[in-house]
Formats: sequence, C-alpha cells, structure tokens
Amino acid sequence: MVTTPLLPSDYLDLVSPLRAGADLRGRIEAVHPETGDAATVVIKPGRGWRGHTAGQYVRIGVDVDGRRLWRAYSLTSPTDRRDGRITITVKAIPDGKVSNHLVRRAAPGTLVHLDQPTGDFVLPQAKPAKVLYLTAGSGITPVMGMLRDTGFDDVVMVHCAPQPQDVIFRDELHRLAADRKLRLTEVHTATDGRLDIARLGELVPDWAERETWACGPAGLLDAAEEHWTEHGLRVRLHTERFRPRTVVTGGDGGEVTFSATGTTVDADGATPLLDVGEEAGVLMPSGCRIGICFGCVTPLKAGAVRDLRTGEITEAEPGVLIQTCVSAAAGPCDIER
Amino acid sequence: MTAIDPTAHLTAEQIEELGRELDAIRDEVLADRGEKDAAYIRKVISAQRKLELASRGVLLFSIFPPAWLLGTAGLSVAKIMDNMEIGHNVLHGQWDWMRDPKIHSTTWEWDHVSPSEQWKHSHNELHHTYTNVIGKDNDLGYGIMRVDEDQRWHPFHLGQPLWNFINACFFEYGIAAYDLELGKNLRKRRRKDPEFRARARAVGRKIRKQVLKDYVIHPLLSGPSFLTTLAATFTANLVRNLWTHSVIMCGHFPEGVQVFERRSINGETRGQWYLRQMMGSANISGSRAMHFMSGNLSHQIEHHLFPDLPSNRYAEVAVKVRVLFEKYELEYVTGSLPKQVFSAWHKVFRLSLPNRKPKVRTPAPEKELIAA
Ligand SMILES: Cc1cc2nc3c(=O)[nH]c(=O)nc-3n(C[C@H](O)[C@H](O)[C@H](O)COP(=O)(O)OP(=O)(O)OC[C@H]3O[C@@H](n4cnc5c(N)ncnc54)[C@H](O)[C@@H]3O)c2cc1C
Ligand code: FES
Repeated sequence: MVTTPLLPSDYLDLVSPLRAGADLRGRIEAVHPETGDAATVVIKPGRGWRGHTAGQYVRIGVDVDGRRLWRAYSLTSPTDRRDGRITITVKAIPDGKVSNHLVRRAAPGTLVHLDQPTGDFVLPQAKPAKVLYLTAGSGITPVMGMLRDTGFDDVVMVHCAPQPQDVIFRDELHRLAADRKLRLTEVHTATDGRLDIARLGELVPDWAERETWACGPAGLLDAAEEHWTEHGLRVRLHTERFRPRTVVTGGDGGEVTFSATGTTVDADGATPLLDVGEEAGVLMPSGCRIGICFGCVTPLKAGAVRDLRTGEITEAEPGVLIQTCVSAAAGPCDIER
Repeated sequence: MTAIDPTAHLTAEQIEELGRELDAIRDEVLADRGEKDAAYIRKVISAQRKLELASRGVLLFSIFPPAWLLGTAGLSVAKIMDNMEIGHNVLHGQWDWMRDPKIHSTTWEWDHVSPSEQWKHSHNELHHTYTNVIGKDNDLGYGIMRVDEDQRWHPFHLGQPLWNFINACFFEYGIAAYDLELGKNLRKRRRKDPEFRARARAVGRKIRKQVLKDYVIHPLLSGPSFLTTLAATFTANLVRNLWTHSVIMCGHFPEGVQVFERRSINGETRGQWYLRQMMGSANISGSRAMHFMSGNLSHQIEHHLFPDLPSNRYAEVAVKVRVLFEKYELEYVTGSLPKQVFSAWHKVFRLSLPNRKPKVRTPAPEKELIAA
C-alpha cells in the first residue's frame, strides 16, 4: 500500500539485491581462465540459495548486449565450500552468445540471475564399490563437481579432449591421480582419434562392473547408451546431456502469434519456439532448454507444432501444453505467452 | 481534411519508397540496440525510485515550508518520470527486447489511476493504429471536443475550453475514463456488460490504491505534517496532470497537424500508414531536459513512426526523419513548448465556435515531385 504500484522489494533491490527473500540472484566475483576457451566463474549466490548436490546444474540468466539469456551450467564447486561461493565452468563455443560472454567479457561485480540448482545426474546414497567417469570436452564439469565433493575407493576416469592443453582442470586431475584418488586416462582425439566405445575394454577392462557417469557430446553418449544397453547394463550408466537430441532439421514453419504479448513473427520449421519468442522480446518461461525439465511448457492455443526430437506433430486442443524448447512451428500457430 | 491535401504531390510509388526509407532508419537502430540502451533505462528507473523515496522522505517534515517545496517539486518530477519516460515507453514494449521480466510491457504497472492493461489497449492498439482518424482515435478531443472544422458544431462545444482545462487538471482520471470508453459504455444497456463491469472494477481498485497511498497513508505517516503532506501529494499529482496534458496536446493538436476521415484509411499500405503518422503528429523543440521530462514524446513524430523503438533513440532518429520530410517536401510541424501549447489551445478556442461551412477538399492535381 505504501509503495503501490510497486512493491517494497522494488526499492530494496536497489540497495540489496542478494538479500533473503529477493528474487534469486548472484554476483560474479571472479573469472579464472582454465584453458584457451574455458573459464571458471566464481559467483556469490543470494541468501535464498538452497545449496546443491554434486553433479547438479544451475540455470543462470545473463544480460548479453542488454538482453537476458538463460542457460544451464553444471556446478563445479564442492557442496561444502567454506565461503559459500559457487562456481561454474564454461567452454566458449563458436558463435555461442552466453558462453563467449561469460568466458571473455563477464566482469566481476556483475549481477546474474539464478534458479535453484536441479538435475538428477548425481551420486547415489549408497557408495558404489567401483566407479567410472566417462567424459569429453566441457562434459567434465558435472564430474569435477563430484570429484571435488565425494571420494570413492576405486575411481577410473576416461576423458577425451583434442589436445592436452584443451583438458579443463588438467593440473587438478593429475594431482588427484598422483595422490592415487583417481586413475586417469586422457584420450587426445586430435592425435589418437575419437574414442571407440566398443574398445573401452582395452582402457578399462572391468568397465562392466563399474557404476558409470558419462557426460559429453551427443555422439559419445549415444554410443555409450547403445554399448551399455547391448550388454544389458543400461541401469549402470548415468548420462548428462548439454544439448537436446534433435532429429528434425527442417519442415515448414509458419507465422507464430504470441497472443498474450500481442506479437506475431515468422518462424522456420527448425528453430525452437522458445528461441523464436525470446528473439521477439516475449517473456518465455524456460529451464534446461533441452526438453527434460518441463520448465518451458506453454499452452498451444491454435495451429500445430513439431517436436524436434521425434518429428511428431501436435495440434492445438483445449488444454494442450507444449515444450517450447524442443518444438518448432508446423504452420501458423498461437502460443499463449 | 484541411482544404488542401499537403501530401497530394506524392505519387503512390514515392509513398512506398518513403516507407522503405523509414524502414531502413528503423533497422539501423534495431541493429545496434543493446547494452548501452539497457543501461540507460535501468539508470532512469533507479534514479526515479531514489528521487521518489527521497521526496517522500522529505515530505514527512512538510510542515516546514522549505521541506514542502523541495518534497513537492521532487515528487512532481518523480511522478512525471514514472508516467512519461518510464511508464509510457515501457508499456509501449520499447524495452521488451531486454527480456527482463521486471521491465516488460506485460508486467509493468505505473503510478496512474488507469490500470496499465487498459491503457495499453486504448493507447497502443487504438490511438497508435487510428492516429488522428476522426471517430476512431479517442485521443483526438477525448470525445469531448471538436478538433476539426469539418466536425459538426454543437452548442456543447462552446464550453470546450473549460472542459479541456478540467480534463488537464484531472488528466489521469480523464484517461482512465476514456480507457474505459465511459461515455459509450454508460449509455444504453452496455453498463451491464460483464466485461465492462470487470474493467470498471479494476479501475476502481487501482484508484482506491492510488488514493489511499497518496492521500491517506503518506499523510498519516507524516504525523504532524498530515495536512501539508496531503497538499503536497495533491499538488504533485496536479503538476503531473497539467504537464502530461500539455505535452500530449502538443503531439496532435497544434495548427498544421492533419486529421483524417474514416474512409481514408481503408486498405492503407505501409507507406501510407507512415505518411499519416508523419502528417498527424507534431514535435516540441527544446533542451535535453525538456525532451526527457516529456518522455521523449517531444519527438512525437518519430514516436508515432516507430512506437516501439527505445525512447532514448528518438533524438538521433529525428535527424534522419527530418531529412526525409525535406526530401519529400512535407511540413515537419514543430515548435517550442510555449508556442505549441498556445497553438493547441488556440485551436480549442477557435473550434468552440461554429465556422462558416465545412470546406470541401479539392483533390489537388497530381504533379511530379522535383526532389530537392
Ligand atoms: C544440464 C546442462 C548442463 C550444462 N553444463 C554446462 C557446463 O558446465 N559448461 C558448459 O560450457 N556448458 C554447459 N551446458 C551447455 C550450456 O547450457 C550452453 O548450451 C552453451 O554454453 C552454449 O550456449 P551459448 O549461448 O554460448 O550458445 P548459443 O548462442 O545458444 O548457440 C550458438 C550455436 O552453437 C550451437 N551449440 C549450442 N550448444 C552447443 C554445444 N554444447 N556444443 C556445440 N555447439 C553448441 C547452437 O546450436 C548454435 O548454433 C550445459 C547444458 C545443459 C543442458
Ligand atoms: S526448458 Fe526444460 S523442457 Fe523445455
């Protein structure tokens, strides 16, 4: 009543954006380079941060060129870090908007927006006797969070990167290996070629006995899932994907109306409606952006959309909800945002 | 509907070319809209909030005349900033591209008795689409004034200078009333329409909150300064109303601005739409402070051409738009604030009296344009 039409929090945000009860934010405190194209970002989370479990990721909203963009990043800090800071480790991908911004331009002091941590790529309550971590490229990040958090008696790690200098956390991994906390095999794909999963047994003879956590590009994960399934061991394999498994790359798009905002734009048949809406300045809810969390579901009021993972067409009916991060326009449609 | 159509010398092809040139100006701004613009609006919002807090703080001691003056002046400016440079422009979606849910046309609420949702409909959808089309654009005369020689005179119009003055003093209520289309909706059986009643209730709730804050809670918080704070908030609201009314009158009322017939917009092309915005709006010239306090509506022509470009860009856009006015030999209506306010009021007075008989538009012969 005193501050209508604003809320008292709108004024408090001016002085204390990280206070308890505020929308969850964080402040970037430092950015440490890891490799030529990767960096670790140290963030002081707001008072509302509930803490994470090793292996989970956090969604972070960053203003790039004045536009708020949300992306998911695995937490690389241990869960009991003394100073309460969290870290994410980001690899800049070519033309990547957020990753390049975080690696090359983010300045200490900048406020970012956060969600509570989430994800089920985590370790079980009961400690497995033998563990295998199978990672490639930036896929090492959730596993680093696990390594820093929980020790096991028998841990083997197979990590792929183009060259030695591309291995993120290389010094720390070698220290862990020297301390016998870890047996490490690096596969340098630029010289050794891609890891052939069928020959994993040559590197890790007892792989089948190991509870395995794998994270990396789609090719590696698809092959691993196939391999473990063939051996009837699929329950032993846990995977984390950074990108959606899309099969559809084309098809007719259409005119998309965001009726709540009153915006209409043309969309092709391959761009997720989440991206289309964001590009048009519509406030789109989002989460993982790869079709697993359902944080982006939105009513489809009219028209039809195509699921980019399966090619399946969904048509509007009362009550039909779609995941905008993995759906593209299949003709004209109306999204209730 | 002035006797001579000032755009008659343009061919259809030229009008479309003009449209393409305006599109190019728009695209240039879009291409480099970014971090600096975002920083600008955040700074303005933060400054407005601090100014409002400080002014209301000072008014707790408004029993002392210097505190009253300072607090009232600060609060007046804060309210004008809220309504003009921030509210009006955020509600236009000028900042939606930032995707900040706190600075977005679908979530913003302003310090005004008309709920932003309703204002957006009548302003963005009706006024900006039907700019200066008689009978379709409620902003033209707000339904209570005669704004063109061709409109039939009625003895009611004799009072229009007075109606306009009263509207200026209570402008925010005037806006709430015509966002509700009160005149039309109170007639006949429409007042029972559930949709209208829901909207009326929303306005009622907003008014209650605004009045409670300005005229009850803050005066009460001021304790012994109760009455003086009450007077201060009343004055600030009055100043805001008079100022916004003046700025907005200058946008479409001054002499030289064209109005259009209902029929003239049927099947309008993009170029013709642009042309109507160019001929139907007027600017105010002045200092940067004046542009800022007017919410950059002093660049009314540019705002009407590109309602969703960020307001901080209108000044640079104006330079390019003016070149096009010259190129196509069109009149760019502009003048200082006193001049335009006088011109607008002059028209209000003039049209309160009947004129001889509606002049007939004589279609000017088509002629080739000789580009300057
Ligand atoms: C659960 C989860 C956890 C993640 N954890 C991490 C992490 O710890 N570290 C990290 O660096 N990233 C992580 N990611 C990926 C991250 O969220 C972004 O997708 C990535 O940083 C690219 O964003 P961008 O804005 O830079 O690229 P965009 O501007 O969105 O994309 C630019 C172009 O690159 C393509 N592209 C998008 N992602 C990739 C990719 N991963 N590899 C190759 N090309 C791509 C796009 O299709 C597009 O053509 C995670 C993703 C998920 C879903
Ligand atoms: S954002 Fe997670 S499912 Fe779409």
